[in-house]
Amino acid sequence: MGDPAARRRRGIARPAGAAWLGMLPFSAYVLIFLGLPLYEVIHGAFTNDSERLTLSNFSAIFSQSQYLIPLENSLILSAWTAALGAIFGTWLAAAVVASPAGSMLRRVVSSASAVLAYFAGVPLAFALIAALGRPPGGVITTWLKHIGIDLYASGFNISSLFGVGLAYVYFQIPMMVILITPALEGLRPQWQEAAENLGATKLAYLRHVAVPVMAPAFIGALLVLFGNAFGAYATALALVGSAIPLLPAAIESAINGNVLVNEDRIAFALGVEMILVVMIVMVLYGLVQRRARRWLQ
Amino acid sequence: MGRPRLWRVVILVAALIYFFGPLVASIKYSLIQANGSYSLGNYAQILSNGALRSSMFTSLEIAGIAAVAVVALMLPTVVLVRLRLPQLTLLVEGVTILPIVVPPIVIAAGLAHLQGSAPEWLVRLWFNHPLPALTPVYVVLAMPFTYRALDTGVRAIDLRTLVDASRSLGASWFTTLTRVILPNVETAVLGAMFLTIALCLGEVVIATIMLYVTLPVQMIQVGAASPGISVAISILSFLFVFVLLFLLSFLAGRRRGSSSVRVI
Repeated sequence: MGDPAARRRRGIARPAGAAWLGMLPFSAYVLIFLGLPLYEVIHGAFTNDSERLTLSNFSAIFSQSQYLIPLENSLILSAWTAALGAIFGTWLAAAVVASPAGSMLRRVVSSASAVLAYFAGVPLAFALIAALGRPPGGVITTWLKHIGIDLYASGFNISSLFGVGLAYVYFQIPMMVILITPALEGLRPQWQEAAENLGATKLAYLRHVAVPVMAPAFIGALLVLFGNAFGAYATALALVGSAIPLLPAAIESAINGNVLVNEDRIAFALGVEMILVVMIVMVLYGLVQRRARRWLQ
Repeated sequence: MGRPRLWRVVILVAALIYFFGPLVASIKYSLIQANGSYSLGNYAQILSNGALRSSMFTSLEIAGIAAVAVVALMLPTVVLVRLRLPQLTLLVEGVTILPIVVPPIVIAAGLAHLQGSAPEWLVRLWFNHPLPALTPVYVVLAMPFTYRALDTGVRAIDLRTLVDASRSLGASWFTTLTRVILPNVETAVLGAMFLTIALCLGEVVIATIMLYVTLPVQMIQVGAASPGISVAISILSFLFVFVLLFLLSFLAGRRRGSSSVRVI
């Protein structure tokens, strides 16, 4: 790319038009199967039933508590599951990264992480129902009850907002392992040796070298986890259904007219709200990522 | 260096208990019958339940077609952008990130509205069957990581030399793509395909909203009355996807310079 002679040669030898034509399948595909539904959502959110531009759908979702509570719940749930996932995921990744690449441990952890991070959804929900469901169903809750710890009597329920959060942590930790492993691999052992040669203790190395170098990558991954939980719905759908007070469930209820008839435009406005939240998160991610590249590449 | 440190062992054992606890509980749960005895009844139900079986075939068909379609669509695009249109790199990256920015439930809302308001001929063409309705959308959902996997794979090979050699020997673009580039980025392509399969088998939100019965949708329905069967399917599907991705990790390790071809 950097060779101007080669670029000139290409420019003369091959007409650019054919190359642009080659982008047609991809562009058409994205326009139809992503652009069209997206257009429906954005157009519907900003118009009323007589197709006039309006912000009334947004004033509705930002004034009624039935739409504000799901937003609040979604934000809180995403925040705490992302925080737990980021902390424990980094620990797990650090423990795994110490063994050589290609070792059985690395393979098993990376494959299992991908399964949980990309696939889990409904099967995860059923695994947790089997483990933590109401006794006598849930295997672990029943066992705990036998030794005197009755979780359900003290208010715990896997089919609740908190239970869904617990389930989310099961895919947030593996997602963190996937995201943070490259950064941990980039942490050069030479830096630690240099620090130790200069008389630094383990703690000083962590405090003055490892943590500052890792911070941007960590914060970036934390943001991805937040967005990940914010958009997720499969596990919650299987555990609780559309009654759960989260934004995706509010959209589903509005589409199906569970609350009032013809709430499509409310669903679209809630959809735009979700897109905006994730967009803000992604912009922050982009900013952090630029800093992360300085040390780790 | 070689001695396993205490903190590592503690974390790994804690992770083992945390992640495998529910799995072990699921296995026990799936084997218990209503009368308290153990049997494989729930697993036999998977095969004998017609609705379950047909939803499984639907999901597998969608997964298979989407896995091929995503490579057919994305590999030429990735090669083209790398080779001829590098000025589009940022734009294409941005577009392929969009399915992450737009949550599945929002795509589902738009599609459900199209489904309800589209003209008759379009409904017949697009929405009458889960295959044409869901497969294209799942390909879109798979774009963020397939694009990155393929791009990493293509970046690791000497694309320009390969293409120039192939073209100057008289090969068409199609031949160059399928017989020169494809074998060289095999690992990345398999990675993209396997992750797409996992995604298609797991996706439930869009299928639920659009009222198509895929395997996870059917699992939720069956699970309401007999959760044991759904737990049994969960175990099997976890196992299936794990084996798929575990095999992939060996394929990725086989090639020279595999460390740069990170697919997952």
